[in-house]
Amino acid sequence: MMLQFLATKTIRAALTMWLVITFVFIVLRISGDPTDILLPDDASDAVRNFYRAKWGLDRPLWDQYLSYWSALLTGDFGISLRNNLPAWDMVMDRAPKTLLLGGTALGFSLAIGLPLGILAAWWRGSSLDRAVMTTAVFGFSMPNFFLGILLILTFSLHLRWLPSSGSETAAHLILPAFTLGTAFAAQLARFTRSAMIDVLTKPYMTTAKSKGASEARRVFAHAVPNASVPIATILGLKVGELIGGAVVTETVFAWPGLGRLLVHAVAVRDLAVVQAILILIAATMVATNLLVDLYYGWADPRVRVGRTKGARA
Amino acid sequence: MPLLSVENLSLAFGSHVALRGLSFAVEPGETVALVGESGSGKSATALALMRLIERDGGQITAGRIRLRDTDLTAASEAQMRRIRGNRIAMVFQEPMTALNPVMPLGAQVAEVLRLHRGLDGAAAHAAVIEAFARVRIPQPELRYGQFAHELSGGLRQRVMIAMALACQPDLLIADEPTTALDVTTQAGILSLIKTLQADTGMAVLFITHDMGVVAEIADRVVVLRQGEKMEEAPVTRIFRAPQADYTRMLMAATPRLGSGAPAAPRPSDPVLQVENLSVRFALPGAMPFAPGPEFHAVRDVSFSVGRGETLGLVGESGCGKSTLARACLRLIGVDAGQVRLCGDPLTGLSAAQMRPLRRRAQMVFQDPYASLNPRLTVADLITEPALIHGTVTRAGRHDLAEELLEKVGLEAAAMTRFAHQFSGGQRQRLCIARALSVRPALIVADEPVSALDVSVARQITDLLARLQAEDGLSFLFISHDIAVVERVSHRIAVMQAGRIVEIGPTDRVLAAPAHPYTRRLLAAVPVPDPAKRGPMTAMPDLMPPPPAILPRGTRPVREVLMAVGPRHFALASNDPAPLPPRAGAERDPVDRVTHHMAAQPAGAGS
Repeated sequence: MMLQFLATKTIRAALTMWLVITFVFIVLRISGDPTDILLPDDASDAVRNFYRAKWGLDRPLWDQYLSYWSALLTGDFGISLRNNLPAWDMVMDRAPKTLLLGGTALGFSLAIGLPLGILAAWWRGSSLDRAVMTTAVFGFSMPNFFLGILLILTFSLHLRWLPSSGSETAAHLILPAFTLGTAFAAQLARFTRSAMIDVLTKPYMTTAKSKGASEARRVFAHAVPNASVPIATILGLKVGELIGGAVVTETVFAWPGLGRLLVHAVAVRDLAVVQAILILIAATMVATNLLVDLYYGWADPRVRVGRTKGARA
Repeated sequence: MPLLSVENLSLAFGSHVALRGLSFAVEPGETVALVGESGSGKSATALALMRLIERDGGQITAGRIRLRDTDLTAASEAQMRRIRGNRIAMVFQEPMTALNPVMPLGAQVAEVLRLHRGLDGAAAHAAVIEAFARVRIPQPELRYGQFAHELSGGLRQRVMIAMALACQPDLLIADEPTTALDVTTQAGILSLIKTLQADTGMAVLFITHDMGVVAEIADRVVVLRQGEKMEEAPVTRIFRAPQADYTRMLMAATPRLGSGAPAAPRPSDPVLQVENLSVRFALPGAMPFAPGPEFHAVRDVSFSVGRGETLGLVGESGCGKSTLARACLRLIGVDAGQVRLCGDPLTGLSAAQMRPLRRRAQMVFQDPYASLNPRLTVADLITEPALIHGTVTRAGRHDLAEELLEKVGLEAAAMTRFAHQFSGGQRQRLCIARALSVRPALIVADEPVSALDVSVARQITDLLARLQAEDGLSFLFISHDIAVVERVSHRIAVMQAGRIVEIGPTDRVLAAPAHPYTRRLLAAVPVPDPAKRGPMTAMPDLMPPPPAILPRGTRPVREVLMAVGPRHFALASNDPAPLPPRAGAERDPVDRVTHHMAAQPAGAGS
């Protein structure tokens, strides 16, 4: 049963990856001719055709697609049209920085969002609950560029405690990670709160109390495992976002991450780099969601039986 | 000294008073039934005894609860934690939601033992297995690591009881423990509670709305109505000479098996004709994308309903009765067979061809809360089908609504109100009015009174009978409660595992049941008469029904109904024959049928 669950999820993940890679390829090929951007406006047709042939753009689309795939399967993501470096190397150059920023932001949001959400649910309607929820509204309604600039003004310009741009030291990490993590911490707190409230009103929570379990035991042994399932869903969606969606934060703090590389590559139509980044982001999303699915299977035994459940009703 | 004494107890949820000055006592080893309809305060009392009511936003406003010499109303939270699950334990109505869905069952029982007995590891494991065995759960070792959704309803409730009794409490509070279960399963649980009580000498406070269950189990009865005690008496006196008007009304409203069916209508052309109807559902295969087996929900079913006739369809949960009802109205796809409504075949019609025929048959559902759109006014709600079918103009809606409301016994002033402003019974009247708006020939009512209090249920069934007498309506009346079915049905069809095992005139089927399953179902119905309290274990044993899950493309064994009397047919069966023994499975005869049925689909997927 577990094996079947695993196999289904893995096949689904592989299918998703194939679709993503194909769509990226097609959309990028039909959205414009790279020679228009990379070559000077007054370049002659002969020069254009030379470069088209060199980059393989003169071949039919299916042919380009096939050779792209065969290259991909050997780990070759192509050469940047802009500076002739392997696209994969350019991406890998930036990836650790992005991972560092995204990972720190994620850790920060988990450390803040989960406990606050649980506490707010437990003391629902209390002043703590109201304070957490009000702060959360500020947290996720403040745009990243605004919060980032606010932080730079305060901590870099006025107090002069922290650097405002670059990625050299740990001190450089604090402001961008805080900026990126705040919104998610706020969303996570709200989401955890509602997931916990939903669980706390379930009859089995009354059962736990009727057994003589303490409040702490009720929350951590009974409520949290049940609430963790919906929380894992939103975590899965967010991790991908933290990897690929940090463009604004990276720009504000001049953080050399993937997001900025992607925006730049799209602007100059550097196909190989765009493809490599999109595939990397998609792979991260698919992998995270596969992990989340596996977590479901482990945390919620009902997921393992899947659709058979409907048939018994 | 009584084990539990409740003195002048008053409870409130906010400004709403749930209970006023209730006093009663429970002696050691005694079974006291707390009886009442919804809003009587019986469940609030149960919660208050465990001091769980505060968690639900309620509070004890006056009075005292004493467990021997401990004053529970003054006990600290720490004291209460030592009492809950240890000296007082509780079993709830719906075992599926009362058990933690993501925690193994064994761990849930072990938790109580750890909290109160300090047992851990192997000692706890052994004690859990013993607790499972005590409540006669087959294969206790296997159950330890299983989860709530993997068990049938009856077994789940046994796990709840094992959990409640793990520390051998002095008092067991059972809050409607059998209401969500099938009658045969209910009989098993009731006899289990009685047996365990005899073994351990614990007292039981049994909370229920069902007078039949009261007659089966209680020594003494406390009748509650809207937070006030109406009457308290030994069970025989309650049934023989009820003092309070309310108790008498409750008795009168309680459906009793054998109290007579309506007289047969004149024979006429059938309104609904079902021939060899089959519905199956595909199940997932062993490997992704591989074709899986099929679940045969309805197998080769044939019957008809005449004009002005009510056919009662009874069966336990999962037997396919709701699927059959939906298939008759083409609300779900039909895999084989023919359905004729007023002579016209329904199978093979496109959705567009089906639409004009839909007004001939309307449906009334179990839950009147969920089946009424909360945003529409009553006038719009109940005339909507008529508007859809074009049998009323927008201008005519008001008059039609007035007429329909009068027909179902509601005031015309109800027209501008919304569904949430009505009680459960009134809402079911609205659902009936809505069904009537297109003047159907047939109404399919799926458990229409199961969610209602007995006194309200009685009014609804009376209303259905009146509508039938006035307009010659036909009903397909689906219920798990045979006594209710008897009251409204001219004929009864008994369903088991997707087949009709017996069909015939109500009095014939009840007086001379031909199929062993019918006999078993009848034997399990609690009799609201404590004098007829019988040994419930003496129930006929059954052959298991043919498997409902078959490899794709396999046809189920064809079974033929045979005449056993005038208009009375039953499936041939080889019963009574002993069940072949299964390796390691010591099954409780009482739970066998339901467990078997519930286990099949899950088993096929594993």
